[in-house]
Amino acid sequence: MSDARSPEVLPAGPDGVLVRFGLTPDPDAMAAAQVLAAELQDDAPAAAVEIAPALVSVLVRFDPGRTDRGAVARDLAARAERIAAARPVLPDPPRRWTIPAAFGGDHGPQLAEVAEKLGMSEDRAVQQICEADLRVLAIGFAPGQPYIGLLPRAWNLPRLAEMTPNVPVGAVVVAVRQIVIFGAASTTGWRQVARTGFRTFVPDRETPMLLKAGDAIRYAPIGAAEIEGLMTPDGMGGARLEILR
Amino acid sequence: MSRLTISRADGLLSVQDMGRPGHLGQGLSCGGAMDRMALIEAAALLGADTPLAAIEMAGAGGVFGVDAPMRVALTGAPMAAFLDDAPLRWHGCHLILPGQALRIGGVDSGVYGYLTPAGGIATPEWLGSRAAHLSIGIGALLDSGDDLPCGEDPDPDRPARVIEPAVRFGGGTLRVMDGPQTGLFADDVLEAFYAAGFRRGQRANRQGILVQTGKGCFTSDHAAGLASDVIGPGDVQLTGEGVPFVLMAECQTMGGYPRIGRVIPADLPRIAQAAEGAALRFQRLDASQADALWRDDAALLREAAGRCRNLIREPSTIADLLSYQLVGGVTAGRELEDE
Repeated sequence: MSDARSPEVLPAGPDGVLVRFGLTPDPDAMAAAQVLAAELQDDAPAAAVEIAPALVSVLVRFDPGRTDRGAVARDLAARAERIAAARPVLPDPPRRWTIPAAFGGDHGPQLAEVAEKLGMSEDRAVQQICEADLRVLAIGFAPGQPYIGLLPRAWNLPRLAEMTPNVPVGAVVVAVRQIVIFGAASTTGWRQVARTGFRTFVPDRETPMLLKAGDAIRYAPIGAAEIEGLMTPDGMGGARLEILR
Repeated sequence: MSRLTISRADGLLSVQDMGRPGHLGQGLSCGGAMDRMALIEAAALLGADTPLAAIEMAGAGGVFGVDAPMRVALTGAPMAAFLDDAPLRWHGCHLILPGQALRIGGVDSGVYGYLTPAGGIATPEWLGSRAAHLSIGIGALLDSGDDLPCGEDPDPDRPARVIEPAVRFGGGTLRVMDGPQTGLFADDVLEAFYAAGFRRGQRANRQGILVQTGKGCFTSDHAAGLASDVIGPGDVQLTGEGVPFVLMAECQTMGGYPRIGRVIPADLPRIAQAAEGAALRFQRLDASQADALWRDDAALLREAAGRCRNLIREPSTIADLLSYQLVGGVTAGRELEDE
């Protein structure tokens, strides 16, 4: 079975090959998947038509009219083994987003519960989120919706057995050392700790889906009253983007 | 630009084309027609080079009109169709004139019928496609009174044609290729899954289709704690209880449930068109067997064009036979000698 040091290269549909560094969201496997995805973005295999990174795997779709599965699989296996053997850490982010978010209170109704489980004050919990070296680990489930991580080990909180029926658009929710920003009102088993005016998906915006796997994310805490002013039609929510390399 | 008017919408109607591939990394699945073969067969009938944007009609059609002469193809699940009072052949293309009413009733078999104008529906594109992607708020269901722009018919005088459709409207066998998570299922679970008979369940939409069996459930010991992974149309995903769903055009892009394999593209129209209760079985293929069955859309279109022929109407079925000028174009037959 796969672990971060022995990646598997597997058929994934009629025009896909998947490289998988693990079965569970293990930090080493995540780092290896990010490194491979970053390398493939710059230097894709011949006849690759799409690179889609997931948490611990990367899917490469190819054009079966121009290459064959074996050639793609051999190329990917060589890269994956080289990367896994190097025991990589997360690659340096190409870009960094600073996203204003209002924590606690009405905008983060479960922050108190999270802080209690972590045995710390709400302020300390917010500080840990804002100081963590966070990356977009993958985009998925819904358009533009990021899986962000990893929070410190203590944040390995399970999903709730009881679903929260409705968190609003822009809800910032946590579970299993990860953060999700919801792009639409949703039902969720994750705990809402904050809300942002940043919209991960706006269909008629020039770039409908803004975030990419590998982007660094930094939250900037704002007061509860400030968020209304940041609910702008462009869905940027006051977020700032820096290009790092 | 000519227009296709929906005087009445009876089924769930939406604009669909071949979707918008290439955005998995941004969380957007390809979407597009549930029965892609229906768009390919429509293109073959109309003589188009590539599949066109069409109206997908789930369950039933409606009443349609045009403001300029326009050929339309009727493909996918067979539905009762009339032009004013004259019955129209399904799996065919026909000329519609302004003032005529095209009435499309409920499905005879299958689920999704398609109405394709010869110039294609020409609504604005979003990320290179006109397909409604209802689950994320792109486009909307069509309603009575809607009026859709269409490209000009490049050849309105081309004769009516019919096609022998690919067989897919009554359930049957779905070929499934092994995928990244097939190995997470024990051999006896795989064996039981591929031996079982299934029926299409009640829950089915553009995101996924439930398939049911009385022969147990199919769970994986590795399901708990599995990292979410990329999913796609055709994936046979087993819920926590081991109940299979076949993911379809509008599925999400990442999922945490294990998948036993993927229905190959050639058989996706068959599951899309399986009506509730239709009998289904799964047949296991390894990757090399599945790869040998792969065809691109251009090859499928060439193959579909070979199944088309001109519509020859039986004189006995033509109500107003005497109004036709049956001997038009008859000459002495010496044109070639005169050249």
